[in-house]
Amino acid sequence: MTGYLAPDSLLEMYIFETGGLTEQLEQTALLLEKNDDFPASAIHEIFRIMHTIKGSSGMMGYTGVASLAHAIEDVFALLRSGTSPPPWSTSHVTDLLFESIDFMKTELAAVKSGCAPNGDSADLIGRLHSLLHAITTNNQSALSPSEAESLQAYRAVIHFENGCEMENIRAYNVLHQLQDLAETCTSIPENIIQHPDSIKQIREEGFTIHLQSRASYDELHAHLMSTIFISKLELTMIEKENEPATAAAETAASDVSEAAPDAVPEPQQLQQPAAANTPLSPTTSGAGMPSKISVQISKLDKLMDLVGEMVIAEAMVTQNPDLVGLELEHFGKAARHLRKITKELQDVVMSVRMVPLQGTFQKMNRIVRDMSRKLDKEVSLVLIGEETEVDKTVVEQISDPLMHIMRNAMDHGIEPASVRQQTGKPAIGTVTLEAKNAGGDVLIIIKDDGKGLSKEKLLRKAMEGGLLHRPAEDLTDKEIYQFIFHPGFSTKEQISEFSGRGVGMDVVTRNIESIGGSVSVDSKEGEGTAVTLKIPLTLAIIDGMIVKVGSSRYTIPTSVIKESFRPVARDLITDPDGNEMIMVRGQCYPILRLHRHYKAQTDITLFTEGILVMVEDKEKVLCLFADELLGEQQVVVKPLPAYVQRMKRIEGLGGCTLLGDGNISLILDVGGLLQA
Amino acid sequence: MDLASVEQEEDTQKGKFLTFQIGNETYGIEIRFVTEIIGLQPITEVPELPEYIKGIINLRGKIIPVMDVRLRFGKPFREYNDRTCVVVVDCGNLAVGLIVDSVAEVLTIADEDIVPPPDVSRGRNKYIKGIGKVAGEVKLLLDCNRLLLEDMIEELAQL
Repeated sequence: MTGYLAPDSLLEMYIFETGGLTEQLEQTALLLEKNDDFPASAIHEIFRIMHTIKGSSGMMGYTGVASLAHAIEDVFALLRSGTSPPPWSTSHVTDLLFESIDFMKTELAAVKSGCAPNGDSADLIGRLHSLLHAITTNNQSALSPSEAESLQAYRAVIHFENGCEMENIRAYNVLHQLQDLAETCTSIPENIIQHPDSIKQIREEGFTIHLQSRASYDELHAHLMSTIFISKLELTMIEKENEPATAAAETAASDVSEAAPDAVPEPQQLQQPAAANTPLSPTTSGAGMPSKISVQISKLDKLMDLVGEMVIAEAMVTQNPDLVGLELEHFGKAARHLRKITKELQDVVMSVRMVPLQGTFQKMNRIVRDMSRKLDKEVSLVLIGEETEVDKTVVEQISDPLMHIMRNAMDHGIEPASVRQQTGKPAIGTVTLEAKNAGGDVLIIIKDDGKGLSKEKLLRKAMEGGLLHRPAEDLTDKEIYQFIFHPGFSTKEQISEFSGRGVGMDVVTRNIESIGGSVSVDSKEGEGTAVTLKIPLTLAIIDGMIVKVGSSRYTIPTSVIKESFRPVARDLITDPDGNEMIMVRGQCYPILRLHRHYKAQTDITLFTEGILVMVEDKEKVLCLFADELLGEQQVVVKPLPAYVQRMKRIEGLGGCTLLGDGNISLILDVGGLLQA
Repeated sequence: MDLASVEQEEDTQKGKFLTFQIGNETYGIEIRFVTEIIGLQPITEVPELPEYIKGIINLRGKIIPVMDVRLRFGKPFREYNDRTCVVVVDCGNLAVGLIVDSVAEVLTIADEDIVPPPDVSRGRNKYIKGIGKVAGEVKLLLDCNRLLLEDMIEELAQL
């Protein structure tokens, strides 16, 4: 099949489905490997997944993936019918499976980024084939009876779920997938792709296939049931003597359907008595399960924007200056009601965007597996609190950092088994990945029971790299550990495949900071290291302190504010370079005049007339000078317009927001201000 | 929207220009780029931007930057008055408000009445795509893409 039949929505569906399937596959494969066993259910599952991937990839024209999936499917088809005990090593199969999964993931990533997938799966397929060959020779006896089975005629009527769209393409896909199992296939309606009325017909009457196959009834039934969005399947065996009748009825039926697509061909006379016993297949979404739909994230963003605007609009109405001084009992009541509903709506929209960390956490299983093998260290991964939910955009941002930290923990942290036994630790290392809620933040803690960080080593490296700006004795433990986040910093003498280049941890800090989070390390030499990621629950709405500078309003995220106060003249200091500072409880802090930094016009330029807001970011403290505080409120963070962003990256600005009176307020990025 | 009506809409917009005044000159901009014309709004200044970007405004919940076209063309700043307008243009998914002295009218200028700008070696007319002649008057037709993107291209080139 070529790609021209693939409209965007189909492509999206493909990416979504295949992405989900490969992840499911990976989990199954990990489980298989862990238990060193191939239970029938797992084999069936892998077979089904491969089959679906093969079909949809074939339909989209991604032959590389399709043929690879086909090869794996062949292997598992054999395993399925095979005898026990299996004459092959499980790890050999899972290794190949993992490599195939990686290949598919790469291809999928290529599709996602809009390129044509162009990977060459020939090598993998070749190895799969040789595996297949090895199994077949061992398995000859088990296979022959099924080969010997004669052809059996079937009739299948498929109904798709309402509103699944593109029924004709889905139907074509079914036919396409049947090609391996069935000998001759005819369908009603015919010419599904070209025929303009075929969608309508399939929707109304279902999609009927006549086929002959060697497969057993159950096999065929399971195969057809794996079709995506299937809602109803009637599969009937047709006995040999009925065949001529079937053919006749078939041609008649297709004639009818071509002449008048609305007329229903009467199928009753074809049905075998046995068909009465055919159970109506349950729909794919079980009745007991909470039903789910997938929504485009852009739509949720839009919804979030709208709700944010509504919050502002509500403030505009209820705090309208025209109302000042009026006694409006009913209005007040109605306004409170409105406020309650908008608040609830806001909470719901926020919760819709929240996803559990489970998927991200489980991906780490794979990394642990790969690295355990390569480094020859046995490590068990403990997951705690994977049900913790964070904003969708946050999840996307933490996957990479987590991976780097995991790698570091396994490569640098956990010692080889021999060393561990000498120090009296269990031979198998443990890495704990824990997530928990802490106020408006989520903490993710990655803890290993390895050798910990060596302070002396870190200090020596820091000295060599010229990172030490203060005498080593003055540094707290935390500050010393923080060195590992410097770009290019690595205590490792040898660069390995996984770590040692000193880029990983730098990426961690940058990614986490870009979503407003922070990273800290704690360690005890000989006992292990814990890396804590503190990330905000959501990025879209923050608590902010609104400050006034002249006619401008700025918003300072409440999370960074330590205190605010009106300075006394005798605490103010100006050094010979003109830097202004203030003494608070014996400590000296620099002052940044917001009006000067943002070139805003204001009459208040004397510190004693305005207010100082002390902010902290990564243990650096700065006092911001503003005219006055206007109050604290939740604000909806909006990015600066694309045009401005493209023009320049402005340090110290985190975005902007709309205030209740419709004015714009710039949100300060304290981290950026401290660097400037 | 199906293809036919898109074509039709493009047809009705073709050759139409919104003209506005800056100083003594009349400029024209293709109507298909123009989203709306609004009066001057309170502008929030954003630091570290070029002088001709006056800041950002709140356009019914959407935040867009505003560009003073006068300053963009290197002319002296003139105080805003009640004739001052903001022409909101949307070009390549970038929404920008253009502050102009005043808006004149929507004109249809046939292709044959548009001549390419003269080759000025100093390159000062980089924003002008063509010169339209309507009833003996001259309208300078702006290239929307260049007006918005030229600087970035220059900045990128410097990198």
